[in-house]
Amino acid sequence: MTYKVLIVDDEPNIVISLEFLMTECGYEVAIARDGAQALEQMAAFQPDLVLLDVMLPLRNGFEVCQTIRENSAWNRTKVVMLSAKSRDLEVSKGLALGADAYITKPFSTRELVEQVRSLLARHDRSDE
Amino acid sequence: MIVTMIARRRFGIALTLLFAVQVLIGAAILASLALDIPNAQRAWLREMLLQRAAVWIALSTLLLFALGFGLKALFDAYITPVARLAEDAVLLAANPGHRITVRGARDVRVLVEKLNALATAHQTLHNDVQEKIELANRALAEEKNRLAALMAELALSVLVCNIDGRILLFNTRARQLLRTGHQGVSAIGLGRSVFGVIESGLVLHALEQIQHQLQDPRDDMAPPVCSFVATLADGQIVRAHMAPVFDSVRALNGFVLTLEDITRHVEADNRRDALVQSLTQDTRATLANIRAAVETIQTFPDMSGAKRTQFTAIIGDESMRLAAQIERAVQQGSNATDSRRELEDMRGTDLIALLLRRIGGPSLRVTAGDTIDATLWLRVDSYALTQALAYLSRRLAADAGVTELRFDLQRADRLAHLDLVWSGAPLPADTLRAWEHAPLPVSAGGLALTLNSVIARHGGESVYRCEPAEGRARYRVMLQAAEPRSAFDIAPPPTGRPEFYDFDLFHQPGQSAEIDQCLLSQLSYTVFDTETTGLDPAAGDEIVSIGALRIVNGRLLQQETFDRLIEPRGELSAESTRIHGLTHAMLKGQPRVEAVLPQFRDFAADTVLVAHNAAFDMRFLQMLEARTGVAFRQPVLDTLLLSQVIHPHQPGHSLEAIAARLGVPVIGRHTALGDAIVTGEVFLRMIPLLAEKGIVTLKDARDAAQQTLYARIRY
Repeated sequence: MTYKVLIVDDEPNIVISLEFLMTECGYEVAIARDGAQALEQMAAFQPDLVLLDVMLPLRNGFEVCQTIRENSAWNRTKVVMLSAKSRDLEVSKGLALGADAYITKPFSTRELVEQVRSLLARHDRSDE
Repeated sequence: MIVTMIARRRFGIALTLLFAVQVLIGAAILASLALDIPNAQRAWLREMLLQRAAVWIALSTLLLFALGFGLKALFDAYITPVARLAEDAVLLAANPGHRITVRGARDVRVLVEKLNALATAHQTLHNDVQEKIELANRALAEEKNRLAALMAELALSVLVCNIDGRILLFNTRARQLLRTGHQGVSAIGLGRSVFGVIESGLVLHALEQIQHQLQDPRDDMAPPVCSFVATLADGQIVRAHMAPVFDSVRALNGFVLTLEDITRHVEADNRRDALVQSLTQDTRATLANIRAAVETIQTFPDMSGAKRTQFTAIIGDESMRLAAQIERAVQQGSNATDSRRELEDMRGTDLIALLLRRIGGPSLRVTAGDTIDATLWLRVDSYALTQALAYLSRRLAADAGVTELRFDLQRADRLAHLDLVWSGAPLPADTLRAWEHAPLPVSAGGLALTLNSVIARHGGESVYRCEPAEGRARYRVMLQAAEPRSAFDIAPPPTGRPEFYDFDLFHQPGQSAEIDQCLLSQLSYTVFDTETTGLDPAAGDEIVSIGALRIVNGRLLQQETFDRLIEPRGELSAESTRIHGLTHAMLKGQPRVEAVLPQFRDFAADTVLVAHNAAFDMRFLQMLEARTGVAFRQPVLDTLLLSQVIHPHQPGHSLEAIAARLGVPVIGRHTALGDAIVTGEVFLRMIPLLAEKGIVTLKDARDAAQQTLYARIRY
């Protein structure tokens, strides 16, 4: 099956790279530019994994992550937070809100792809 | 008036009694006669008496009149004058200038003369004593003035409070810092509570910590102190430092608070934090974009040409963004680090004036340029900067033969350019550089200063430039410009040495439930007066002016007054204008009573109200209670009633009459504040007179006033 990845970021330049990478990995990709769109896409696109920026217009990434985790329908969706907010405090907050990984910017694309792959593999196992 | 009424009553009683005694004696004589004689003669006697009844009645009436006249003469000569004499004698004690003018019998007149002679002797003695006291006080006053001067010139705000938080002392800085209370009424004043300015919880917490330190002295050497940061009503942030004050037996009976306005430092710190935060986040985000693009190109070398172009564009784009971010951060950073605490804000023109005074001499003429920006403020260590530039000037004069030097000061965006301009042959830049690094003849805390290090301490830079076309050279010091200070910050210190301290307040009792038992001499009062459009508030008459001042610890505080005009809703009659002199034009545009009354309530908080004919003013205030929601629930004393208590036999209890009696000069009458001042003076002189009558507490005074004749008259 083809995994679905939702990219949530308001910076077009990072979205281009992420979209390219995820497509090259063979995933189906959707894009959201702000927190509200992200939640709409969650319902419409039903992604297996979300690449979620923190500093977003309308609703920030922390809020979006919290909303995803509060909805039991999405509890198998993996959330990877991607942010320039890099203090321990913020990383802890993201993980505490239920993110599966918190990757600080700038990040290595190779590590990101590996992280996504391993999370989706776990997603597979939890499927079985 | 009163004295006549009372005398008349006494006279009537005496006359009636005297007449009754006469009639009784007559009747007794007749009765004894009638009992001693035989029946026939008794009948004859009765017959004779009855026949001459008209004569008897006429004789009795005549007797009554004769008695009346005699008694009246006796009263006028002895009884009434003696009653007045007694009151006047008491007055002599209060007002040594007072002389008795009572008329009466010769004996009474002799007594008056003797008393007046005694009064003159007493006055002379009184004056002598006063003079001696004054001499003794002068030395004390000198000490106090020294203290006041010290306090006034301190750069820190200082408040001294007693253990209840009442302010006993404050300096000018403190008044400036804490001047904004509720609705613009100064929140700070002698005898006022410090809790009106700083949250009580904070102060009590600090006090508790100090008490704890006192009980548990871990290190005897360290005096117990406590610091905290408080936010004032208008958002200012102050760092407060509390130190205890002890009485003679080492018991804690007050504290000293030194306050420092750290609002600007806190803001600068916040700005710097925000800057660091945004700098790291923005950079990380941009770097992430670049790195992702680069790595994608590297990972997928055989991507399409269009895709590759897109990623290269991203890299170019983001690199530009990164550069812009860093540029912006540098700019903001120079502002945020602008909180060097050893530097003082100074007006540019003041710095130039200072340089002109310090630099120059017979061989070097120093001038200021024509284009100095008067609105420019600098953040400088003026001492070090002046020393450094003086050194440079001396080198220029001595080594380069410069005889004329000009200072220019101009704003350049966020910077200030302080230029030294001279004419003459150009100097090699190396020479200037050597001077910049040469030690100055002064040092700061043991560190050798150089012109270069002084400029660096200011976060500044220097540029030396020859302008051969103009035949001159320019040494430019670039400094941070500071935010211009508000009018509040640069307000000149008030002239004179106002009475900002009163250490006797250490022993002042609290004014709460036990207020009725408080001594009149120790209470705090707000003496006030109102001017109105007429006499009847129920008929729509209104207050047009309120004047007030406070009495704290037996002193009328003329430095802090409340003086407000009020625009009435209705018309102002010509009649009332004649009394108080306020015209419609003067009141137009003044605040309404709804705005003024809350201010007056705050001014009068925690005090007993005092007014002359207080019932009149209180009725106006009560009528406004429903409309303004401002209620005055504190006790009220009325000088009219108290005068009646002290001098029931004196004619007249108008403010003028009382003031004249008590030797209070009357000035500025029929302005609310003028009348309030006179009332206050009068009230202060009444306190010892009341004490002579055994009226010492607030309750005593209120009870006595209640029982006077005037109190029963309805207004």
